[in-house]
Amino acid sequence: MKLSLGPLLYFWSFDEIKQFYQSMTEAPVDIIYLGETVCSKRRSLNFEQWLSLAHEIKDSAPDKEIVLSTLSLIEAESELKTLRRYCDNGDFLVEANDMAAVQLLSTHSIPFTIGPTINTYNAQALAIMQKQGLQRWTMPVELSKQTLSGILADLNRLGIKDNIETEIFSYGHMPLALSARCFTARAHNLPKDQCDLKCLDYPDGLQVKSQEDESLFTLNGIQTLSGLRYDLYNELAQMQAIGVDIIRLSPRSKNMLDIIHAYRQKLDQPIEQQANNTYTIEDNCNGYWYGEPGMIQTNSATHTA
Amino acid sequence: MIELICPAGNFPALKEAVNNGADAVYIGFKDDTNARHFAGLNFNEKNLPKAIDYAHQRGTKVFVAINTYPQPEGWSRWQKAVDMAADLGADALIMADIGILDYAMNKHPQISRHLSVQGSATSYESLRYYQQNFGIKRAVLPRVLSVSQVAHLATQSPVELEVFGFGSLCIMAEGRCHLSSYVTGESPNTCGACSPAKSVRWEKTSNGLESRLNNVLIDRYDDNENAGYPTLCKGRFSVGKNTFHVLEEPTSLNTIAILPELDKIGIKAIKIEGRQRSPAYTQQVTHVWRQALDTYYKDPEHYMPQGQWMNALNKVSEGSQTTLGAYSRPWQ
Repeated sequence: MKLSLGPLLYFWSFDEIKQFYQSMTEAPVDIIYLGETVCSKRRSLNFEQWLSLAHEIKDSAPDKEIVLSTLSLIEAESELKTLRRYCDNGDFLVEANDMAAVQLLSTHSIPFTIGPTINTYNAQALAIMQKQGLQRWTMPVELSKQTLSGILADLNRLGIKDNIETEIFSYGHMPLALSARCFTARAHNLPKDQCDLKCLDYPDGLQVKSQEDESLFTLNGIQTLSGLRYDLYNELAQMQAIGVDIIRLSPRSKNMLDIIHAYRQKLDQPIEQQANNTYTIEDNCNGYWYGEPGMIQTNSATHTA
Repeated sequence: MIELICPAGNFPALKEAVNNGADAVYIGFKDDTNARHFAGLNFNEKNLPKAIDYAHQRGTKVFVAINTYPQPEGWSRWQKAVDMAADLGADALIMADIGILDYAMNKHPQISRHLSVQGSATSYESLRYYQQNFGIKRAVLPRVLSVSQVAHLATQSPVELEVFGFGSLCIMAEGRCHLSSYVTGESPNTCGACSPAKSVRWEKTSNGLESRLNNVLIDRYDDNENAGYPTLCKGRFSVGKNTFHVLEEPTSLNTIAILPELDKIGIKAIKIEGRQRSPAYTQQVTHVWRQALDTYYKDPEHYMPQGQWMNALNKVSEGSQTTLGAYSRPWQ
């Protein structure tokens, strides 16, 4: 299985972004997704700068695949304009995160991949997009191992399993919802249009807890992420067994290299050893994979069947 | 003329919608193939034919929502729902999943296909995708766009546009929200349920009345506060030291004041939310909206929303207060 670094979901400064990806050039990931997927007001890097960053990484690490990720909620004409530039970049594969991107890419016969915010819940939907140029999909985060197995079996029956790569969001705060409203601005009593770019102050989002101090969500501008980090480290062998191609790790501001190395090291082990190589981190969760509420942490040992 | 599309969770509600002037009613089946999969609600193959007859005899159309996303084990159930609605004479199918849209187009090409709000199309490029690939006739827009965005969309749209006019307010882009499954395991996309009733627990404690969803504390009410249904996005949570409605206060959408704008933009239909509500709700809301539309078309230049309409609508609103929601964007 390959390892990918998903698009940066948070808002960081120009220097922070450059520094982060500089360190990723050497990291043992096979695929790097670049681009702004959450809010069009985040302009630490504009489209040209993302594109030149893509070229820089490609030049110093030619083995890595670079993919350009696009905005997840398209509302304004200006956003469509930027989206068209991503789609027409000519050099790199594009990740569609909204059906507008699927439309632009498919009508121009440009191959594409889809991110977890495109609603693909069955193989029939994938088969339609495969004819339109889909090469890879990232499963919506709320789907389970059981559903995935069913989809892969159906793709096999349709004779297109080998034509589509399957990627699973495996590590990080999960993107759960998108809105026209900005919740980070709301938390500061600011209107969206005068948000003061507050997201810059929260490199890993803003925590939301219940009145009983239970972690619930993470505010990230117009996006709501899970309160706990999804972590399928203990489930890697299961994913390999059912035919997952790519493991996606979502960027965080600290210790990202450690996470990547841990996953890489495990993937490089023979599969029989992987099953014994587990860890438990109290604040992580894996419920969705087992068909349970996403925020639950289930012991994989009880689910080996 | 803008069509009035009203909700019916059961036969009595359907009759109220028809008798109070709905141009179309929308309904769903008694399972997870639609986004209001609630106990005791919806239609089956026994009462649907009677319901369709009742509506058709009085010149009202019937739209059937099959607007959740089938997973492999459910695929045949969704197909069956499409076939049943088609065979019983539904006037349109409201769908979101592209696999199901494709199935309906090939199997029952004569029945109109509407893109559900759950399809989350917020731009004309997205609408073109559904129109070009699945021949949709109409799309229901998510409640995230402002009036000027809707207006711009309408100038470019390849299909008729239907917008929400009244009812509970989703603040997330519909079809793209997993908050409910994160806490309860069930979401609108997978199960047709948001913050499902079976996960709700109410408890009177020394801290006040507490509402929980799968054991997670959603809100806590003093004796003098009105308690609302514990929908996740309407809970009171904490960010830092502050406890407040982190995502949204419980309010209802009401666009009766901007009816002329919606008409000028070229909106084809207004949808009333609330298949889960009572027949009395459907009666009240349909009645008021019919009056509003008729008043408007009689004399468009002098249209003014009447106080009695607003009072009647406020009475049936969640949180007893209404807003223009994303259409006016006070939070922008």
